[in-house]
Amino acid sequence: MPEFVVGKDGIKRYLVTITVNGVEYTKMVKANSLLVNFLREDLDLTGTKRACEQGDCGACTVLLDGKPVNSCMVLTVSVDGREVTTVEGLASNDKLDILQEKFIEHSAPQCGFCAPGILMSAKALLMRNPNPTEYEVREAIAGNLCRCTGYVHYVEAILDAAAASQERKDGKNG
Amino acid sequence: MYLPDFEYFTPNSVEEACQLLSKYGSRAMPIAGGTDIVVKMKKEVLAPEILVSIGHLPELKKIEYVPGKGVVIGACVTHNEVQNSKILQEKYLSVCEAAHQMANNQVRNLGTIGGNICNAVPSADMPPILIALDTTAKIVGSKGERTLPLENVFKGPNQTVLDYDELITEFVIPDGSFTGSTYIKFGLRASGALAVVGVAASVQVEDGVIKDARIVLGAVSPVPLRAKEAENLIRGKQPSEALFEEAGVIASGECRPISDIRASAEYRRDMVRVFTRRALLKAVNEGHV
Repeated sequence: MPEFVVGKDGIKRYLVTITVNGVEYTKMVKANSLLVNFLREDLDLTGTKRACEQGDCGACTVLLDGKPVNSCMVLTVSVDGREVTTVEGLASNDKLDILQEKFIEHSAPQCGFCAPGILMSAKALLMRNPNPTEYEVREAIAGNLCRCTGYVHYVEAILDAAAASQERKDGKNG
Repeated sequence: MYLPDFEYFTPNSVEEACQLLSKYGSRAMPIAGGTDIVVKMKKEVLAPEILVSIGHLPELKKIEYVPGKGVVIGACVTHNEVQNSKILQEKYLSVCEAAHQMANNQVRNLGTIGGNICNAVPSADMPPILIALDTTAKIVGSKGERTLPLENVFKGPNQTVLDYDELITEFVIPDGSFTGSTYIKFGLRASGALAVVGVAASVQVEDGVIKDARIVLGAVSPVPLRAKEAENLIRGKQPSEALFEEAGVIASGECRPISDIRASAEYRRDMVRVFTRRALLKAVNEGHV
């Protein structure tokens, strides 16, 4: 049970400790705080987008303990003690993730609003399955709606990223 | 969209959860994955003052095989955990497939089997296949526990027999003699669409004769519906496409579909005929798929 204090307005604030992109944050949140709003408004991580807000579009996809979820449906208080990865956590030391590189190379996004969510779904797929088929890629991003592209370049970029990271790994091993 | 204020409890056990639900009565509701209740609270369809978390309780998160009992699935197991369960893949791949068809990946990582059942949406994907396999639900409340066949849990759209202080804690798919089972669904898209019609079938075929069968229809009546006349027709007979077509015709007479934004009642009724035939053929020919 997270500890809490009752505010002047009579509403409880719960003490939560959440690791976001490798950094541990301890914050007071109200029970009605949604993870997407916590990330965007409390932590200023605005890469995670808010769109349909009912779990249909996938724009708010983040990894919760390594699994993609819609952060618009997750209560922040329920994430106490857990680990969240957002799109800001993909690049390391100013070096883009291979998926981000390939998204640029293939001009995969158009307006770009769905791109952070698709990146997170694709990241989760490649962590679990480094060598996916086209069907598996399409299945993995089925919960991410894109109204610009038609997904073709996204699918190509993800498949290319998988192939490239396999090559790099093989190169290292060889 | 923001949520109105409410209090949040994280009990340490099912017992404590039931006590909280009992203490706060209609002011409180349990929350597991949150994929239904959070959205309903945003839309002000539900306005609980208190949410009691049960999704974190380890006792509700197991899938295990208990010899002599069957496969036990904890109520707060997510759809993806069902889909990826080695035990279920081995014994009832049909259940994994139904969980896979339920929604997109992000929702399957949050939404729980217990939630899918307790929301009692007529088009839900898990009830038909679980009912077809004679699944029972263990219901625990502040005053004790009871076990019911899953088909008796539903009362109407969004209504179950559960009292406000009761929780489903686990489902048991009993060791049975079914030789095959399947759930097939027709949605308007391949992903993320509710069932227009969902049909589950299970069969026990011995020496070329159907000893027993279940046909369960989803999205075509206020609650998941057993097509008992169609089941009776095929029991004791040899499987054939003609027999299953006849069973489909009978099943389409048994269902009570409505017309809505997704399909007309007439269309749903005819799809019940087609899908009943296909489901029976698949369960007879391919096992638990």
